Amino acid sequence: MTTETMEAPAVAAPTATPPHPLREFWGYFSANRGAVAGLFVIVGVVLIALLADVVAPHSPYITDTTIALKPPFWQEGGSIAYPLGTDPIGRDMLSRLIYGARLSLLIGIVVVMVSIVVGTILGLIAGYVRGVTEIAIMRLMDIILTLPSLLLAIVIVAILGPGLMNSMMAVALVILPHYVRLARAAVITEVSKDYVMAARVSGAGPLRLMFKEVLPNCTAPLIVQASLGISTAILDAAALGFLGLGAQPPSPEWGTMLADAREFVLRAWWVVTFPGLAILITVLAFNLLGDGLRDAFDPKLKRS
Amino acid sequence: MIRFILTRLSLLIPTFIGITLVAFFLIRLVPGDPIETMAGERGIDPARHEQLKKDFGFDQPLLVQYGIYISRVLQGDLGKSIVTRESVLTEFQSLFPATVELGVCAILFALLLGIPAGILAATRRNSIFDHGVMGLSLTGYSMPIFWWGLILILLFSVQLGLTPVSGRIDVLYYIEPVTGFLLIDSLLSEDEGAFLSAFEHLILPTIVLGTVPLAVIARMTRSAMLEVLGEDYIRTAKAKGLSRFRVIALHALRNAMIPVVTVIGLQVGVLFTGAILTETIFSWPGIGKWLIEAIFRRDYPVLQGGLLLVGAIVMSVNLLVDLTYGLINPRIRHTR
Repeated sequence: MTTETMEAPAVAAPTATPPHPLREFWGYFSANRGAVAGLFVIVGVVLIALLADVVAPHSPYITDTTIALKPPFWQEGGSIAYPLGTDPIGRDMLSRLIYGARLSLLIGIVVVMVSIVVGTILGLIAGYVRGVTEIAIMRLMDIILTLPSLLLAIVIVAILGPGLMNSMMAVALVILPHYVRLARAAVITEVSKDYVMAARVSGAGPLRLMFKEVLPNCTAPLIVQASLGISTAILDAAALGFLGLGAQPPSPEWGTMLADAREFVLRAWWVVTFPGLAILITVLAFNLLGDGLRDAFDPKLKRS
Repeated sequence: MIRFILTRLSLLIPTFIGITLVAFFLIRLVPGDPIETMAGERGIDPARHEQLKKDFGFDQPLLVQYGIYISRVLQGDLGKSIVTRESVLTEFQSLFPATVELGVCAILFALLLGIPAGILAATRRNSIFDHGVMGLSLTGYSMPIFWWGLILILLFSVQLGLTPVSGRIDVLYYIEPVTGFLLIDSLLSEDEGAFLSAFEHLILPTIVLGTVPLAVIARMTRSAMLEVLGEDYIRTAKAKGLSRFRVIALHALRNAMIPVVTVIGLQVGVLFTGAILTETIFSWPGIGKWLIEAIFRRDYPVLQGGLLLVGAIVMSVNLLVDLTYGLINPRIRHTR
């Protein structure tokens, strides 16, 4: 009798342990079919971008005017050698789109990384130091938020000069306030909690408190915002490319490709349709992923 | 309430000063000095350079220059365009109605489709219709609108020949500007053809500019509706035996609209961003196209003035939204 009662909790204990956090997270995440679809698309785009040299049938740069403006293969005059047709100076559309995936992902990831690092540091400082520093940082962010994002980006590029690097910096600055605000808000809630007090009592310095104690507990909203931020970054950088202020031709950046194709809208639908479709699908995938991540991390977390 | 207005106003002043600083330093961050920039590639001889520097006050300390700039701005003097030699403010005033006309139409389009779609999606939660609306709205939110515009031109103007490709009105018509809004002006001129032409020219740009706000409004209406529909007073209304339509249209909608109104206000900045792209695609003679052209002509006074004016307008609209919100919802005005 006594042995049985002693054994009972020992048997029940393993089933009572909560599932591994990652498993639990995947459970929530995979329930959202849109998010899973978004994840698949993103994995696909990443693979295409990494394997561009292998997958692309042609060079994205070599021009051949004898095959200019060939339609996609299913239309009359098209050939399977150029599945999505060719552009006005005879470059293969598919190959340019594939190499364009590299640029768009690079833009999205670099821009968000820069914004997150700078934004988190500024937000941590604002939320931790408070006082005049906080006011100065937050007022500056308000100014950036007040000005229409694309207008500000355009003005920055107009000062620095057009180009891929400058347009990336401009977009990074424009989306910065979101991360600063998130990080600051998270820090302010966290700092008043007991574990921070405990760490402080045990002698942790401000830097350790900021980065080792508080920061790891603020990551969830930042990750969600990062996923949504990548889509904004890709979209804004493509818009700058379209206006002729971003990546410069002959770069196969999707927005720049659209700018080149604009005058052919009446004659060749394919040079206009495919680059935009590529932007839409990629951006949509990151938005779906962001929505899914938000629901999975915290169903109550609202979009900021 | 007065206290609430004053705090909001006091928050605005540093932001406005910040925007003037951004606009002021903009022209000074351009590599080379402003005189060289204005002279362009032709170059300028040193004596004239010195003279111009003095004339424009560029030899003064920065702080003094900024002081002069601010006092001019406050008197409504935003400088002159390098290209047209017109006052920036005058140019802005003559082009602004075109942008406003487009923006108002886009918001109306977004509201007329977005609110009913959001309500229906909320009342039929998890139905095919709901999933469809949510899917479309996320697609609209992800839309590169500069491409969307080209695709609509391809479909409606090129393939079907239904709508004009660019401009505000057919060149056949000349309408005396009274209000600056062509739809109203052409009605006033009693020229039916002109009104129809102006209307046709508005259709595609309105759809393109309205797409992102439409997506945001539909999503927001749905989630606000869902929240309100779960409240006790809705159950009470249902229990009283009110019709489903009455409960939704009169009881739920009124409260669900509060967050939606805020979102509409916040769309003003988004609209300006969209207007820059939409006006470029459709050659719409408004502020967005003007600013983009200014960049390519290196017309820095226009850029500087435009930035300041657009910033001031967005700021005022945001303030207005904030105040209305405080007026509708007492909880907001007492929290701060």
